[in-house]
Amino acid sequence: MNFLEFEKPISELIDELEKVKKTGEKTKADVTTLVADLEGKITSKRKEIFGALTPWQRVQMSRHPDRPYTMAYISALTNNTFIELHGDRTVKDDKAMVGGFGSVDGQTVMFIGQQKGINTKMRQFRNFGMPNPEGYRKALRLMKLAEKFNKPIVTLIDTPGAFPGLEAEERGQGEAIARNLLEMARLKVPVICIIIGEGASGGALGIGVGDKVLMLENTWYSVISPESCSSILWRSWDFKEKAAEVLKLTAEDMLRQKLIDGIIKEPLGGAHTDPETTFATVKAEILSNLNELRKLDTNTLVHNRIAKFCSMGVVIEN
Amino acid sequence: MSWFKRIKGGITTSTKEKKETPEGLWYKCPSCKKITTSSEHVQNKYVCPNCDYHERIGSHEYFEILFDNNEFIELNEKLSSGDPLGFVDTKSYVTRVSDSQKKSGLTDAIRSAHGTVDGNDLVCCCMDFGFIGGSMGSVVGEKIARAADYCLEKRIPLLIISKSGGARMMEAAYSLMQMAKTAAKLALLDEARIPYISLLTDPTTGGVTASYAMLGDLNIAEPGALIGFAGPRVVKETIGKDLPKGFQTSEFVLEHGFLDKIINRKELKPTLSALLNMFIH
Repeated sequence: MNFLEFEKPISELIDELEKVKKTGEKTKADVTTLVADLEGKITSKRKEIFGALTPWQRVQMSRHPDRPYTMAYISALTNNTFIELHGDRTVKDDKAMVGGFGSVDGQTVMFIGQQKGINTKMRQFRNFGMPNPEGYRKALRLMKLAEKFNKPIVTLIDTPGAFPGLEAEERGQGEAIARNLLEMARLKVPVICIIIGEGASGGALGIGVGDKVLMLENTWYSVISPESCSSILWRSWDFKEKAAEVLKLTAEDMLRQKLIDGIIKEPLGGAHTDPETTFATVKAEILSNLNELRKLDTNTLVHNRIAKFCSMGVVIEN
Repeated sequence: MSWFKRIKGGITTSTKEKKETPEGLWYKCPSCKKITTSSEHVQNKYVCPNCDYHERIGSHEYFEILFDNNEFIELNEKLSSGDPLGFVDTKSYVTRVSDSQKKSGLTDAIRSAHGTVDGNDLVCCCMDFGFIGGSMGSVVGEKIARAADYCLEKRIPLLIISKSGGARMMEAAYSLMQMAKTAAKLALLDEARIPYISLLTDPTTGGVTASYAMLGDLNIAEPGALIGFAGPRVVKETIGKDLPKGFQTSEFVLEHGFLDKIINRKELKPTLSALLNMFIH
């Protein structure tokens, strides 16, 4: 297990617990009270630390190396029935964007999401979860496929941004994202978007226009990463904590601003400390939201979605 | 003792006889350095008569170039920006907005108007780069949304002239959502079969490119404009190499298939007028 800097007190307690357990085994001494005591301490320390996370710490949590990525969610949610589909039918298959059909409790769902790599080699293969235009076009192709056969769509968002490369520009990164925004606004099937890690700007929004947009507790979603914001506004990388604060990018902030529809709670200590519980919570959220959305007729569904996004923004009339 | 000695006094011309060159009589092209008279430059729609360099201009100039007799009704002119996040970086967002308003005489980075182009009705939303880098915040999104509603109600074609560095960071996620908001409104125009023309001018980047600027039934651009999603500096850092010549110019974007046409500003009105006629008749 990896621990972030601010999780150090927890990792120390866990180390101590392991030691006590080992000693117990070796000496056959009764350590149950000691173990219970330490476990209690770990929980209370976790409560203390995770009850008061700063926005920057939330950003760090969203990038936690042990955090489950899109494919892990999809496998768990679909009970391994997922069939991945590839390619945008034009240029190539973007490995940073995955998609395909899967069955959630007997209901076929189109899953789409950015995929990060789990080790150095895979990170490169997945381009660090930064899609090229063909990734967004693949996503759109699959969404249209779902629409045609009247299947709901669930997108899982986890990206540090759309890839800012030379070929991405040549192949129209801007156009690809823009097209998705327009087409997603009028999809005739329910669309649920869940931010499971990083929600960086247009790269996230490119698969983020849904009837319900939900954020996991320890994720962020904004127009720019705190690092880039710091380097542009303060002309230095040193103000990322400050930038994370002023951007109001946490799930709580986003809900308060009415830019998302809900927050999905994570287990104490983050999604990765208990992935099974995380997956179960996410699955329950998807199912209950789908039930709610399925009651609406197509016109109302699309009308509500467009009206929701059109109400976003704060202006003064005078 | 000095080597040179001044025999006459300082300036001998009396103030009365002083001849002044009126400010702004001449225009020096930043591209070819050739000098022309300002009046000729204006007459030439702010395009250098020698090298066709397109000077950056704002909504005031575009409305004058496009609308018949410079007559138009401005729409939602009183909308201005709130400060939903209480954003403060090196200065507060409120101060930044009010400073920019004073300096530019504008309320925000876009103006919208309804007028006629050779007799055909047109609603035009035009961005102003002079207002916080033409950045897209809630006001830009809302004005485009309302202009689209106006077009839907009256069945008038829409033209958006983009000139922007992208989303306005000081409105954080609110500005991000303006991309979805404007795209959703354009979906409604699309369904209603009302023509939407996007004109991309120097520069059009970031969230503006990734939303309404690239969604025209027709995407047209002025020559030599910088058009892209990521800024050239970011792309250069990503690939770790120098960028090829002409990268992210209008000509480059046309070659890669994302523009219908590049139009010299001098030909903008007649071409637009011809296109509108094609849609109508």
